[in-house]
Amino acid sequence: MNKYYLNYLDELESEAIFILREAWAQFENPVILFSGGKDSILVTHLARKAFYPSKMPFALVHVDTGHNFPETIQFRDNLIESLGVHLIVGSVQKSIDRGRAVEEKGKHSTRNALQIVTLLDLIEENKIDCAIGGARRDEEKVRAKERFFSHRDDFGQWNPKNQRPELWNIFNGRHFEGEHFRVFPISNWTEMDVWNYIKRENIEIPSLYFSHQRKVIWRNNSWIPFSEHINLDASEEVVTKQIRFRTLGDITITGGIESEADTVTKIVDEISTIRFTERGNRADDKRSLTAMEDRKRQGYF
Amino acid sequence: MKIDNNQLLRFITSGNVDDGKSTLIGRLLYDSKSIYEDQLQNVKRISKRKGNDEIDLTLFTDGLRDEWEQGITIDVAYQYFTTPKRKFIIADTPGHVQYTRNMFTGASTANLAIILVDVRYGVTEQTKRHSFIASLLKIPNAIVCINKMDLVNFSKDVYDTIVNEFKIFSSKLSINDIRFIPMSALLGDNVVDKSSRMEWYKGDPLLHTLEIIPINNDINEASVRFPIQTILRPQNEVDQDYRRYVGRLASGVLRKGDEITVLPSGLTSKVKTIYKYDKDMQEVFAPMSISIALEDNIDISRGDMIVKSNNKPNIVQDIEVMLCWLHTDAAKPRAKYFIKQTTNEQKAIIKEIIYKIDIKTLEKDYECEGLKMNDICKVKLKITKPLMVDLYKENRITGSLILIDETTNETVAAAMVV
Repeated sequence: MNKYYLNYLDELESEAIFILREAWAQFENPVILFSGGKDSILVTHLARKAFYPSKMPFALVHVDTGHNFPETIQFRDNLIESLGVHLIVGSVQKSIDRGRAVEEKGKHSTRNALQIVTLLDLIEENKIDCAIGGARRDEEKVRAKERFFSHRDDFGQWNPKNQRPELWNIFNGRHFEGEHFRVFPISNWTEMDVWNYIKRENIEIPSLYFSHQRKVIWRNNSWIPFSEHINLDASEEVVTKQIRFRTLGDITITGGIESEADTVTKIVDEISTIRFTERGNRADDKRSLTAMEDRKRQGYF
Repeated sequence: MKIDNNQLLRFITSGNVDDGKSTLIGRLLYDSKSIYEDQLQNVKRISKRKGNDEIDLTLFTDGLRDEWEQGITIDVAYQYFTTPKRKFIIADTPGHVQYTRNMFTGASTANLAIILVDVRYGVTEQTKRHSFIASLLKIPNAIVCINKMDLVNFSKDVYDTIVNEFKIFSSKLSINDIRFIPMSALLGDNVVDKSSRMEWYKGDPLLHTLEIIPINNDINEASVRFPIQTILRPQNEVDQDYRRYVGRLASGVLRKGDEITVLPSGLTSKVKTIYKYDKDMQEVFAPMSISIALEDNIDISRGDMIVKSNNKPNIVQDIEVMLCWLHTDAAKPRAKYFIKQTTNEQKAIIKEIIYKIDIKTLEKDYECEGLKMNDICKVKLKITKPLMVDLYKENRITGSLILIDETTNETVAAAMVV
């Protein structure tokens, strides 16, 4: 084989870094949407590399549902400190207090959809014209339709039938005042690529991804972590299990899996044999057949 | 999973509506065990809701509400799968009305095109159109899948006739490597597993072909093309004038000490340091993203291009391109457009339409007027400031460009320098 050939992880890395640099060059105020999950950690890691030896030039934006894993917040604050970058926090609780969002009721209530209002308000208030996210096309069928540069109108809405064609590696980020873009540098990565890369680069991730004894309840075919934000009904029982999480989101909807994987190497091995998708344990996607599409059209990340 | 050759193959699937593209991809994913249990359950659930007893393979890829309700593919979707040999990215493009522009979108980054042919209809207009676009976009490899063989009793004669017909037509095209596979995507013959019903076919099934086909490395090692994305001025350096130029190498191999020229200014210098992110490198090559510092302080900005002094691209203000009009609104006469080529953005006007290609016959029409959606034309562009370009056939990155409507900000056309 020709010696001038990149392996697939290097090719994905180079592509993602090119896109991060385009976002920086084409927009006035680009930020990284940071949830504390592995994908946004990966994007932040790539952004740091993309601008080396300068400091990473993006602020991190965290939409705080108020229902967080404490580990996530700790991880976020440590990362901010080590990178020396600015953190912008949008609070779903404040949106509720201000009457901009209404809390869901009932056993299955979550604040997941409420994030949309908080995120869009935050984008408007901070004059953000580009929100960089760690969404991947392999996560969900609707995300498979995303462009790298995804246009949002001045209501923050995504219109899957009217996306800009995206050709070669030429990205058109032109927009009018009030509109913004979502930019997804790791669109072409799969869950497996992310883990292989985390392993290769030795990237630090929250302990929630590693197997540990945790208090959980069985709901909606997955292990939901027990927390003060969970409304238990009579049939539900809190048990302790050896659990890890494949995705991190709002604590009320993030389903864990039973696993013994307590190192990145073991996680890579586990992922290669697992028969369920990563989002298969996310209650927010199980609400309807087009739950993600419906949320994305309204401006969801 | 450990991947043998660590390579990434990007391919596109093309073919008419109902030729079975989504079925083929569904079959490829399903039979290669790339479908997860919960995706399968979900698809079974929707299939049932639609009144199908069998699982509907198209539902693995058609993700939007309108798509599964109407049974059509609306927009390009990207799918991923990995085998022990390779990692694959599929651009699943719709065969519907907006065929040309969607195919352009999916095909622009592809190394390989799958062209689906319905065995009952043979080489149709749509087959020709897709093959022509694949050839125009210089996709190096094509696999023609003669599908629905189950509907002609797996007949070798019918297959041979279509292959011959395709070969006669494709002799006019410039695709280096064309292979043919008889298959039934619906039943799974020759997709992942070799069909026992077509013993006369001696070749490999599709998946194995995808795994072993050489990925054409079209990187021209001699032609260093480094379009500048942005400039870094690290504040923590002792020397405040220190600058780093960042971008992604479009082609070529660049080494420390190389004599370079900055375009369009023409100023020259030498490469002092090269960083691949945080790693100090002696040598880098396309398509790496890098940053470099030069021996001399030169005024360089986004859109400029660094090249080796002994091998330069063309610097032009008037260029001829093959252009595909992508937008529903027709081109406005004498209108100015933003033109984007690599990281360079200027303004351009469409000066003259030389000919339009009749996509049915592939004949040139010199009497044509105006540019409408899906038209493919050879046009002359006049640009306000010079662009640094190569011929598309020599460099897919420095030879390609897009036009953007200055009043709507929409991408309206894609073009290749000829």
